[in-house]
Amino acid sequence: MADDDATTAGNRPALGTALEYAPAPESRSVVAIRDSYDLFIDGVFTPAKSGERITTVNPADEQPLAEVAAAGEEDVDLAVVAARRAFDEVWGPMPGAERGKYLFRISRILAERAREFAVLESLDNGKPIKETRDVDIPLVAAHFFYYAGWADKLAHAGYGPDPRPLGVAAQVIPWNFPLLMLAWKIAPALATGNTVVLKPAETTPLTALLFAEVCQEADLPAGVVNILTGAGATGRTLVAHPGADKVAFTGSTAVGREIARVAAGTAKRVTLELGGKGANIVYDDAALDQAVEGIVSGIFFNQGHVCCAGSRLLVQESVADEVLERLKTRVSRLRLGDPLDKNTDIGAINSAAQLDRIRDLAGTGQAEGAESWSPACDLPERGYWFPPTVFTGVSQSHRIAREEIFGPVLSVLTFRTPEEAVTKANNTPYGLSAGVWTEKGSRMLWTANRLRAGIVWSNTFNKFDPASPFGGYKESGYGREGGRHGLEGYLV
Amino acid sequence: MPDTAYASDTAASNTSLRAYLYGLPGVDEVGAQARAADLSTRSIKTTAKRAAIDLAISMVDLTTLEGADTRGKVRAMSAKAAHPDPADPSVPRVAAVCVYPDMVETAVAALRGTGVGVASVATAFPSGRAPLEAKLADTRAAVAAGATEIDMVIDRGAFLSGDLRKVHDEIIAVKEACGTAHLKVILETGELATLDNVRRASYLAMLAGADFIKTSTGKVAPAATLPVTLVMLEAVRDHHAATGRRIGVKPAGGIRTTKDAIKNLVLVNEVAGAAWLDPALFRLGASSVLNDLLMQRTRLTTGTYPGPDYYTLD
Repeated sequence: MADDDATTAGNRPALGTALEYAPAPESRSVVAIRDSYDLFIDGVFTPAKSGERITTVNPADEQPLAEVAAAGEEDVDLAVVAARRAFDEVWGPMPGAERGKYLFRISRILAERAREFAVLESLDNGKPIKETRDVDIPLVAAHFFYYAGWADKLAHAGYGPDPRPLGVAAQVIPWNFPLLMLAWKIAPALATGNTVVLKPAETTPLTALLFAEVCQEADLPAGVVNILTGAGATGRTLVAHPGADKVAFTGSTAVGREIARVAAGTAKRVTLELGGKGANIVYDDAALDQAVEGIVSGIFFNQGHVCCAGSRLLVQESVADEVLERLKTRVSRLRLGDPLDKNTDIGAINSAAQLDRIRDLAGTGQAEGAESWSPACDLPERGYWFPPTVFTGVSQSHRIAREEIFGPVLSVLTFRTPEEAVTKANNTPYGLSAGVWTEKGSRMLWTANRLRAGIVWSNTFNKFDPASPFGGYKESGYGREGGRHGLEGYLV
Repeated sequence: MPDTAYASDTAASNTSLRAYLYGLPGVDEVGAQARAADLSTRSIKTTAKRAAIDLAISMVDLTTLEGADTRGKVRAMSAKAAHPDPADPSVPRVAAVCVYPDMVETAVAALRGTGVGVASVATAFPSGRAPLEAKLADTRAAVAAGATEIDMVIDRGAFLSGDLRKVHDEIIAVKEACGTAHLKVILETGELATLDNVRRASYLAMLAGADFIKTSTGKVAPAATLPVTLVMLEAVRDHHAATGRRIGVKPAGGIRTTKDAIKNLVLVNEVAGAAWLDPALFRLGASSVLNDLLMQRTRLTTGTYPGPDYYTLD
């Protein structure tokens, strides 16, 4: 077309240049953060007897958000006693249909206050608002809704004609999906008639405390849910407490081992959801553009702070160059920055300690001879940030192919045959997740049947649903959360 | 992306053409839909929205393709194409008008000196069910009347029955009949049904010399959906990587609001890349979207919606 015709008045937009997205920040004003929070014990916020406090910061700018109490031994005692009394007197004897009503109500309130939770989660954790808004919080509400439905149908769940709750559940959750992990723990426990004492992670306590307000709003009987903030010491005291009938933990394999040791020889039932080093297998007949999307969401979703992340890409050698080229183009378009900006794809690393660990392992990768690549990307000056990183030339013997990095760092390995893909995928002490990409149905089934992983995604990755059980093989833990299977860990 | 360009004998026979097109990587429908949905959550505000609106206006192929079209209707639409908002001369003109062949002469006369192109559908649009000679005559007539762009339809029946060579050879013949006019090839993706077919038909058209690949006639539902446009943008991106040649993309039909238009631009920006953010390589086949773009543009400038009565209906 004749673009520069003199008779046409007006501005012509600059052609062939990128569309620059203007800042689109979600407002912080929907959430009121208090300066200081107490423990939630027996239905009320109670100052900690320990007198200790910790500060939680916004990892995107290192500014303090609030002070929270750090529960000590006395506080743990009080919470367990409150949970026991609520179990004996109210929640345990209550008919399932009545328990279900409370859970439906909680689900409804969570959905109504979704934006508030999304903003708070993003502030405290550093993850993009896009994810808290579209993934975390909708899944949280859906999880409570799902288990609300089971509360009056436990006799039909396949665990006997009259399954009984265990009692008091001590639950310790990680910082990567703070409210979602709370939902995975609390919803099935409550649906089955147990009461809980839950400790959120040291660096992400705020949405759990806001959830305590939701429990009040829903008129949940006092003591059914107790929230104890604190650091590792609080968690250790809680899981070792003789009044806890059940311990449910999500976190690192090292801490999981410690918990298993403490619980050994006691009557406590234990479920552990631990680390992973998920293999994402891309065959040469895969739908490559969608496989690239799956690789990206497998490792860069939630900054790679995902226990089931696809942190090992196993790509068939015949398409490796093509896949890597497409992958690098795609990763270059990821937008890193302000977690509250609605167009941000990659947010902040949750803590200084985690950033150190990622840097350390990425440094090891380079020292061991793997080739590191990151797109040109400006990191904000304040806060904890790590650019999306792809390691090529990785072999099974490199530390970055074996250890969980828990950050936006992908290790790329190649394979020649389906047998080799499966062998390499299973050659890890972990066994939480895997992904398989092929357009051939028989190869999909052949591969999935041989993978020793609790979750195998077929032509997708990091998809979650409350109806789908989640859990590990080997050192990724034991027990299942989600679905009908998730009831089992809370019933006798 | 394939590191070699097409072998010279790719189109030598139906068998070789089929082997090539069916050897392309598949498209996972669920994944493509998820990607399109994810990109449509991009939040384009303030200065970005203003730039996107002007860009979108400059990419519109303002279209009337009705049995009831008259010279008066085409003249009125052409006037609007050159000066979309009579109250605001800073509004860019649209890229082209799109009319039936018998209306080309009228549009050319109305648009002389404005810089707005004249596109004509041809080849027995919209069904394409006519002998090749008729299709070529249709094309030649439109070009002779002054059309600078020809929007042809592929033979979907031939495509779906596996006669890929026939589709290919027809495009080549029409391209030849176009002379210097640019050729847009309409795939009618609503009739191809699968995204695998959309990718294959895109490559088939590019292989045969299309300057643009276009989703739809606007006469079949669904028309331009985001997943379809996504797959076509991936195809032109990969084709450029393999051959160095940039082919344009035109979603047409179903784009009615500024939001729809901006979602398309975000797809272009993040899938094909910035080079395609140019009316020479991306068009929006639409008509009603223009007034919404103008209204949103005024809203950004003045802070209020002036109301639909302030925009011309032609």
